[in-house]
Order: sequence, then structure tokens, then C-alpha cells
Amino acid sequence: MKKFMIINLIMAATFIFSSCTKKEDVILIGEYGSLTGDDATFGISTNKGIKMAFDEINAKGGIKGKKIKLVTEDNQGKNEETAKVVNRLITQEKIVALIGEVASSRSLIAAPIAQKHGIPMVSPSSTNPEVTQKGDNIFRVCFIDPFQGLVMAKFAIENLKAKKAAIFRKNGDAYSEGLANVFVAEFKKMGGEIVKDIQYQPKDIDFNAQLAEIKAKKPEVIFIPGYYSDAGNIAKQAKKIDLKAILLGGDGWDSPKLHEIGGDAINGQYFSNHYTTESTDPVVVEFIKKFKARYNDEVPDGLAALGYDAAKIVAEAIERAAEVKPNLIRDEIAKTKDFAGVTGKISMNAERNAVKSAVVVQVDGEKRKYVTTISP
Amino acid sequence: MEELLQHLINGLSLGSIYALIALGYTMVYGILQMINFAHSEVYMMGAFFAYYTAKYLNLSSSPGFGSLAIVLVVTMVLCSLLGLAIEKFAYRPLRKAPKLNVLITAIGVSLFLQYFAQLVFGADPKVFPTLIEEQTLFTIAGAPIKSFDVTILVVSLVSMGVLHFLVYHTKLGKAMRAVSHNASVASILGINVSRVIAYTFIIGSSLAGIGAILVGIKYQKIEPMMGTMIGLKAFVAAVLGGIGSIAGAVTGGLILGISEILVVVYGSSQYRDALAFLILIFILLVKPAGMFGKNRIEKV
Repeated sequence: MKKFMIINLIMAATFIFSSCTKKEDVILIGEYGSLTGDDATFGISTNKGIKMAFDEINAKGGIKGKKIKLVTEDNQGKNEETAKVVNRLITQEKIVALIGEVASSRSLIAAPIAQKHGIPMVSPSSTNPEVTQKGDNIFRVCFIDPFQGLVMAKFAIENLKAKKAAIFRKNGDAYSEGLANVFVAEFKKMGGEIVKDIQYQPKDIDFNAQLAEIKAKKPEVIFIPGYYSDAGNIAKQAKKIDLKAILLGGDGWDSPKLHEIGGDAINGQYFSNHYTTESTDPVVVEFIKKFKARYNDEVPDGLAALGYDAAKIVAEAIERAAEVKPNLIRDEIAKTKDFAGVTGKISMNAERNAVKSAVVVQVDGEKRKYVTTISP
Repeated sequence: MEELLQHLINGLSLGSIYALIALGYTMVYGILQMINFAHSEVYMMGAFFAYYTAKYLNLSSSPGFGSLAIVLVVTMVLCSLLGLAIEKFAYRPLRKAPKLNVLITAIGVSLFLQYFAQLVFGADPKVFPTLIEEQTLFTIAGAPIKSFDVTILVVSLVSMGVLHFLVYHTKLGKAMRAVSHNASVASILGINVSRVIAYTFIIGSSLAGIGAILVGIKYQKIEPMMGTMIGLKAFVAAVLGGIGSIAGAVTGGLILGISEILVVVYGSSQYRDALAFLILIFILLVKPAGMFGKNRIEKV
């Protein structure tokens, strides 16, 4: 009997002790993203970048003697799931900082929740301006839509010498509409003409009718600010009807699957992106080397690079903060200045947006040929 | 003129896909007076069956009519088995139950298949293999006629022709029409009603499988939720033509397909889905039995 009691006591003690150490010894950071769904490669790439960043930090002993533990939740690329998983991360997992999302419309859903609970949220790649306007806890490490729209309009006019452009936007999508509106305004301002501005619906697979309309107006370039699965499909259907205009897109095209879906039709088209794998910057070279070694030779896309940068910025802010508390971490993220990231030098401005330049790349199968850099 | 012709061709191929799926709804309704909401999921599963068949047999490396035929046959068999299984395990036990129970079961089966597919195949979209090489076959008044559109049209027309022959010129078809007219009298006359129902599901599901392959060939993107919208549209097409009527389903599908394309071209894609349902409401108001439907009076 006595023996039993002792064993019980020991067990209880270890249980209490271990549960104590668990809470004290790790720093919980949450991530939400589309690991499955229509734009699954966005979530998967970002997740790979974040994991790599935290594992590097943990291998060096962590932050303030504590290891970082990443809690990742899949929102299946759906708006309604996003609210659910973000609430869960904050109220049940008790995370101190949140990283996500790629798609602006889903970041826009998560931002008010993070703001309400006072948890700092860093979006790696949501480019819609409204995301960080949701409150002073919301940050991003990428440029914003007006800039991407401006970059592509400038590129079309200056590099491609285009005069006539058509827009093919995704109806009701914060990212797509944001880019399209700025492109229209800037392209006109620079002396170009928008010959057709037409839209498609989410989940559409048949773009023939709209493409035939665009073809009739004979544009030199078509701006398609959608995500890769739509862009690939559109390029394919455009080729089938012999629509020869050059296709332009934003960072939403950046996915290893773009070429799988678009095939030959997507080759030679251009999109704006956050970084280029052809860069000779030692930070980038080092990142690509480590990423390839870790993920069986996969070339990191822009989203993986941004995920990596976002994770590193959060980690540095925690390191600088006096204590591991959400409000203190927030203040330190806001002070980020000249952080040497893979996607360029990152400084937070007063609107909590990263100020940096964009690159234009040309699709060549799985590869992305660097074309030019356009600064703000 | 050239563009209008192009739009009409697009509408025709979209419409014939709607028609193929609408036939599945209409046939089951004709026999069982129930709306088989799981039909759109048989269609979705058909796309995945075809995808994996082509992948497993490595058919995309040798596109052509041989490959298309193999994929068509395998997919039709698998879809038939799925349709049969749904009928046997979900609907047959409820044959004597009130209509509403069967309807709710159908919705349940539909949701089950959607999420089952997400679990097994993954939720991200897949790229359908190239079964037919794209080429311009000939040109009519400046509008290029593509091999896909011809394939879609030929395959749909042949399927519909076979169906028509089956229903109006064979013993099985006669039995089907008899069961559709009055199941209990048919069974008194020695018709095996359960077997006729099973055949109906086999035919309807095969047609859904064909439709799925045609969509795969033309649009190349397949995913577990692809059945929802197209299923709803096909259902509208079936009601528009008069549910229970085979000619009605085909006409309804074509009308819907062509008018949707024209709305996108001359209006905006925002109104496209609204149009489908506006047509439905209009038909229900003006001619509740649909274009080819007979107004049957419920006798007490």
C-alpha cells in the first residue's frame, strides 16, 4: 500500500513538474494558413519557410533560453475556417504572436481577432492595404497592392512599350480588385489605354467567354491579378483561342504549380514578386542553399522567403523585448529597422507596412528569370 | 459574326455537359420521383476516377481516341458501381419511407462524398491529364473549331443517342417507362422493379462520368467541390426542360449553357449564376411542369 502511495506521489509530482516546464520553457507562436484547398501551395510554402527559421533559432539555443514552438493550423483556404482556427490559436493555445496569412481576404478576417485579443500578427505576404489598417497590432513584411499595381503598370509601359491593356480580375477578391484598380489608374496616368476591364467569379473554370471578349479588343498586355490556379488555367484557355497578348500578374502567381497548370501557355509571361532566386545577395544565396538541403532540392518561392523573414522578424522582436508578452513583442516588431531579410532590407513604417522594392520575373517552366527591379 | 459563332460553340459545349448531368437527375426522378442530390458527387468522383486511371495507365503520354476510350470505359464502370452502391445502401432501405427522408439522405450522401474525396484525394485542385490533343480541325466563317469542342459534342450526342435507343427501343427501356408510369402496376405485371431502378442508376451515373471526363478535357482543373455548382445548374436544366423528360433535360441543358455564355459576354459574369436561377423561377411560375413535362394531377 505504502509502495503504491510513493509511486503515485512520484507520478503526480512528475506530472505537475513536466506540465509546468512545458508552459515555461517554450514560446508559443501561432501560424494559420491554407495547407489544403484551392491555393494550398501558398500555405505549404510559407509554412516551410517559417519552420526553417524557427528550427535555425532553436538549434542555436532558442530565445532567452527558451525554445520556440510553432503551432500551425490549416484553414483550408476558407474564410469561415480562418476565424475558427485563429480564435482557437489565441484563446486555447495561448500564443504570444501570430503569423499569417498569404491571401489578403483571409488576413482581413484574422486581423480584427488578433487586434481584439492584443496579439501581434505579422502577415508574411498579404498585400492588400487594408490588412494593417485593422489595428496597431497588425504588421506585414511585404509591399502593398498599390505598389504591385504600379510596378506592373510601369513595367508594361516602360519595358514592354505597351499602349493597350486589358484587365481580367477576380470578382469580390480583396487582393485581385486591389491590384487591378491601381493598375488601371497608373496605366492611364502613364498614357496607356484600358481597352477592356472584365471579371471572373471565384471557382470559375470556364474563361472562354471573357477571353473572347478580350481578344476582340486586341490588347497588347492582359493584367490578371489572380492566384496561380486561375492564372494557369486562363493562360491555357487564352492560348487555345490564339490570344497572343502578353500576360502580366502579381505575386499570387508565385507557385511551383503555376507551370503544372498553365503548361507552355504560361511560359514567357511576367509577374511581380518579392525576391528572385537569381539574386547574388549572400543572404539570399545562403537561404536558397539551406532550403534546398532541407526540402529535397526544392527551390523556395517568394512565399517561403517571406514566411522565413516574417518568422525571423518576430523572433528578433521577442529577443529584444524585456519579457515574452504580446504587448512588448508588438512594440519591438514596430521598431524593426533595416532587417537584412531574404526579400530585401525590411523596415516597418508608421502604417506597419514594410518598405521595399519589387522584382519583375519571367516564367520559364519551374524557373523564374529575373527581369528588373522596381523601387518605390 | 465570327465572335458570336465562337460564343455559340462555347455555349453548346457547356450546355451539352449540363445536359449529360441533367439526364442523370431526370432519369432517377422519372423512376423514383426523388431528386438524387448525390448525383453531382458521382460526377465529381468520376473526374477523379478518370484522373487516376489516366495517371496509373500513363495515358497522358499518348493522347488520342484510344486513350479517351479506355478512360471513358473505366470511369463509366466505376461510376456505375458507385451509383449502384449509393442506391443499394442509402436509398433502397428507404424505398417505403416518406419522400422527405430519401431527400435528406441524398443530401447526406452528397456531403459524405464531398468530404470523403477531400480526405482521400486532397483538397487542392488537380490538373486533368491531356487525353485529346488540342488542334483546330476546321474553320467556319472565321471561327476555329477545336478538337475538344468536337469531342465534347460527338461524345454527348452519341451518349444521348444510345440513351434514347435504350429507353424507347429495348425491353429494358420499356420496363423503365412502365416503372416510371406506375411502379406497383409494373411489378404486378412481372417487372422486377428493383432491377429497373438499379439499371437507371447505372445509366445515370455513367452519363455523369462521361460529363466529368468532358469537363476534365476542356477545363483541366478538377477538385472535390467541383460537383456543387455544376450539379445545381444541371438540376436547373432538368427542371427547365421538365423533370422526368429526357428530351427536356437535353434542351434545358443547351438553353442554360448558351444563355450563360451570352450573359457573360454581353452582360457580366456576376449575373451568370443569377440568370440560371432566374430562368428556374420564371419556368416554375409560367409552366410549373417544365417545357416538356406533363402536368400530372395527384389523384387521391
